[in-house]
Amino acid sequence: MDEAARQPERRGALAADVVDVAAPPSAAEERVSLASNWTLVWWRFRRHRLAMASAVVLLGLYAVVLCPDFFSTQDPEFTEARLAFIPVQRPRILEGVGWSPWVPAVVGKRNPTTLRMEWQVDPAQKVRVRLFVRGYPYRILGLFPWSLHLLGASDGSTTGRVHLLGTDRLGRDQWSRLMHGTQTSMTIGLVAVTLSVVLGVLLGGVSGYIGGLPDLVIQRLIELLQSLPTIPIWLALTAALPRDWTPIRVFFAITVILSLVGWTTLAREVRSRFLSLREEDFVLAADLAGCSRARIIVRHMVPTFLSHIIATSTLAIPAMIINETSLSFLGLGIRPPAISWGVLLQEAQNIQTLALAPWLLIPGLVVILSVLAFNLVGDGLRDAADPYSH
Amino acid sequence: MTRYALRRLVLLPVLLFVFSVAVFAIVQAPPGDFLTSYMATLASSGSSVTAEQFEALRRDYGLDQPLHVQYWKWMANVLQGNLGLSLEYQRPNTELIGERLVLTVILAVFSFAFTWLVAIPIGIYSATHQRSVVDYVITVLNYVGVATPNFMLALILMWVAYAYLGIGVTGLFSPEFVDAPWSLARVLNLLAHIWLPAVVLGVAGTARLTRVMRANLLDELNKPYVVTARAKGLTEWRLVLRYPVRLALNPLVSTIGWYLPALFSGSLIVATVMNIPNIGPLLLRALVNQDMYLAGSILLIYCFLAIIGTLISDVLLAWLDPRIRMEN
Amino acid sequence: MTSKQFGDLAPGEVYGSQGLTPLLSVRGLRVSFFVDEGIVRAVDGLSFDVFPGQVLGIVGESGCGKSVAMRAVLQLVEPPGRIVSGQILFRPDPSRVIDLAGLAPRGASMRAIRGAEIALIPQEPMAAFSPVHSVGDQIVEAIRLHWRQWRPDGPPLTRGEARQITAELFRDVGISMPEQRLDAYSWQLSGGLRQRAMIAMALSCKPRLLIADEPTTAIDVTTQAQVLNLLRDLQRKYRTAVIFITHDLGVIAQIAREVVVMYLGRVMEQGPVDDIFHAAKHPYTRALLRSIPGLQVTPRVPLPIISGSLPHPFNRPRGCPFHPRCSEAIRGECDERVPALQPVGERQRVSCFLYHDVEAMS
Repeated sequence: MDEAARQPERRGALAADVVDVAAPPSAAEERVSLASNWTLVWWRFRRHRLAMASAVVLLGLYAVVLCPDFFSTQDPEFTEARLAFIPVQRPRILEGVGWSPWVPAVVGKRNPTTLRMEWQVDPAQKVRVRLFVRGYPYRILGLFPWSLHLLGASDGSTTGRVHLLGTDRLGRDQWSRLMHGTQTSMTIGLVAVTLSVVLGVLLGGVSGYIGGLPDLVIQRLIELLQSLPTIPIWLALTAALPRDWTPIRVFFAITVILSLVGWTTLAREVRSRFLSLREEDFVLAADLAGCSRARIIVRHMVPTFLSHIIATSTLAIPAMIINETSLSFLGLGIRPPAISWGVLLQEAQNIQTLALAPWLLIPGLVVILSVLAFNLVGDGLRDAADPYSH
Repeated sequence: MTRYALRRLVLLPVLLFVFSVAVFAIVQAPPGDFLTSYMATLASSGSSVTAEQFEALRRDYGLDQPLHVQYWKWMANVLQGNLGLSLEYQRPNTELIGERLVLTVILAVFSFAFTWLVAIPIGIYSATHQRSVVDYVITVLNYVGVATPNFMLALILMWVAYAYLGIGVTGLFSPEFVDAPWSLARVLNLLAHIWLPAVVLGVAGTARLTRVMRANLLDELNKPYVVTARAKGLTEWRLVLRYPVRLALNPLVSTIGWYLPALFSGSLIVATVMNIPNIGPLLLRALVNQDMYLAGSILLIYCFLAIIGTLISDVLLAWLDPRIRMEN
Repeated sequence: MTSKQFGDLAPGEVYGSQGLTPLLSVRGLRVSFFVDEGIVRAVDGLSFDVFPGQVLGIVGESGCGKSVAMRAVLQLVEPPGRIVSGQILFRPDPSRVIDLAGLAPRGASMRAIRGAEIALIPQEPMAAFSPVHSVGDQIVEAIRLHWRQWRPDGPPLTRGEARQITAELFRDVGISMPEQRLDAYSWQLSGGLRQRAMIAMALSCKPRLLIADEPTTAIDVTTQAQVLNLLRDLQRKYRTAVIFITHDLGVIAQIAREVVVMYLGRVMEQGPVDDIFHAAKHPYTRALLRSIPGLQVTPRVPLPIISGSLPHPFNRPRGCPFHPRCSEAIRGECDERVPALQPVGERQRVSCFLYHDVEAMS
């Protein structure tokens, strides 16, 4: 290059662009361009701190679902009228400077006028709490007998009472009942949604991909079901369950009833997705390349909205949980002696009782927490999985 | 558009027929009938009925006929406007439902107004000020609102009012006005009491509506016509309200028709908790006691409302969106 | 220099940068998008001038940043995008210079400029009109907003007056039955009519500069020819400067006087349209021109294509952005340093080390 060209000539006003620059790409930028789709989804999800925290909460709740007895401190069925309405004993972790978990003891006094036991927290007396104590025996998953519990009074006896959430009017330990209620309510939510999803994807897929008469029939069925007012119908269906059915049968019946209406929305979405995907070029290309119908559906069409299904399902679980809780609260869903969040909240129906024992509302807070967690995780999944949401 | 509406109206009786069969089946589904549960109640209180009396009662109530006969008799009456007799209360159902319908409607209307007047502006603000502090606060409140079951909120509010303020907030009237004739004082009393159930009913709906409004608006804000409007030099508020909000509202308006039946159904649980004498508790008792004409009639009304609601939604959507109107 | 190049200029005006002040001068514009996965440098050092009454064509592949740059001129870049640096100097009259890059995007000054001084014909005319308002209403709104362009001293225009003006505009752009079309919705119009309505809206407030973002991309070739003729006529009639964005070199040849060739957010080459087409300097421009199928080309010979593909936005090449696909890249130079835009010849500029050894400095 000769010297003349080296010198920037002042032409017009464009002399200033010698000062612009473009920097080379960094290593981080390279990594992004090479990542696979699911990895990208995971990275995007990870960035939602709230969603990650909620996912941890959900994992904790499902740990309880797997083995509620491990987390319980007393037998949830154990009733003793004398122990009614023991208030919450708030746990403390430290004593002085050392690690020594304890709860304040409760002292009972018989009220001379009503002749009922009334309990009060006495912070002066301490009941030591230990982790991993032996308590009442139970079976893990109904199979393996065991008796280790997460928490309990350190002397293992019943004189040191540990009621982390108080007791109800029949003297039942609320904390332990909450653990068992969690198992029932979370399971119903999950199973009902799974049923809904299976029904919805199946029927929606048949409707959308095959079309014709099955499509017509399924469409009319969906319209019919969607026009029905859900809550009254649920009430009617659950009221129709015979009173003498065992709790297990009731449990399954409730699950089926709840999922019977929920599948329609998903079926509609799946159907419209299939309909539009059928016309897509890549499906045509797969067909022309000789793929079988099943392969086209499973390998080419479903993955495009799999993430959407996952996100929608996660977001559908909270509705199921709230529905079950509401139904059980009214006495129409899960019935005692089975325990669910709704059954626990039944005890809180009476305002006077509630004024005496406000801790009976705590299962409601757990409902809110779990629904919140599911919603946050579902939203995080949906944002992470949908490439067009940005 | 009239053709569109007419077509839907023609289908109405068909749908109602199908629903009536379904409702009847559901109401009859529990084993036994009204008399068996009535017997059970009698037995638990110590009295009993002889076999002949039982049979006579059956004939009186018309419970000895085969099911399809019962169905036809019921439907024939319904079509004449006679909703039958409540087996439990021994009063015409039209009376029972009628006296509670007014309150149900009032509650639903207040709830609806609350929901929409609060949710839409908040949703618009939230979407246009994405990632601001206010947006985050609103989002948090939304999430909590959606996560809280109706009755839970009712319980908490009632407890707070009772335990800390000493007020009993159940019912829609203070004791002195419960059976009083309508007067201005009674209306004011009603207004003073109705805000709590209306808010409780509306909270979950408000949270949901805000989220949907925010999401819809966010979608629309990215569309090309917003850029065009901005490129014309319009102020931000003017263009947001005139264009994307208008389009974001469209799908929401189509859900208005759903609101009324949903409010009626949703108030079921809240009304039971808060002791509000509307249709909800009535239905519940009727279902549990197998008071079949009453339960069936109420369910039929709900189905009717749901169908009308869908029709209203679709008509509203067609009216608002010229694309749908012209393509039909 | 043939007369057709001087056709638009008044007697006495000399073509070229001497003697005329540019209407719009972009200097070192940088626009980046800050997304979760990283930073996308959509516009990475763009500089060009537009003179009054001139048609400047900006040509480049999809994704080279041309649309984003034009959005930036009107401060229409939405978060997560942002103008990072650079100047956008607008001279509506010789005494005023405004740096558009420094104006608040929602402020009154910027809003006064949008539509009235600089107008945009966006891509996708289908989606650019609101589907629930009539096209007439949308144009009337613009006219009434910038009523001073029509009646500088008088009272604001009434709706009826604005409608009349819109009907006249429709007639100007060749829309038949203008009064009826005022109340039509955009989706009721054919592609060509929609595009004409869009042009009418852009011209409705007598802007000095018109930015046409791929106006011929979404329509067929016949309609394309009509729209181009229309634009040429209107440009001559209203003396509007036009920045015409496209990826179609054939269209550029028909309408532009001056051409800017962009790649990955930077200018590769710039110059008069004849020089670019007949004496292209930059390897990218040459490759683009070679890849146009033409009638004179030898049959049954494979069409020359540009090897490689557009790099991933997060994986920009080091050095000259084009070097991985360039057949004449100088190893050790083109992959290490970024060339600056330098003059070569009388009116052309190129950023390529084959012609200069000047590196873009920080």
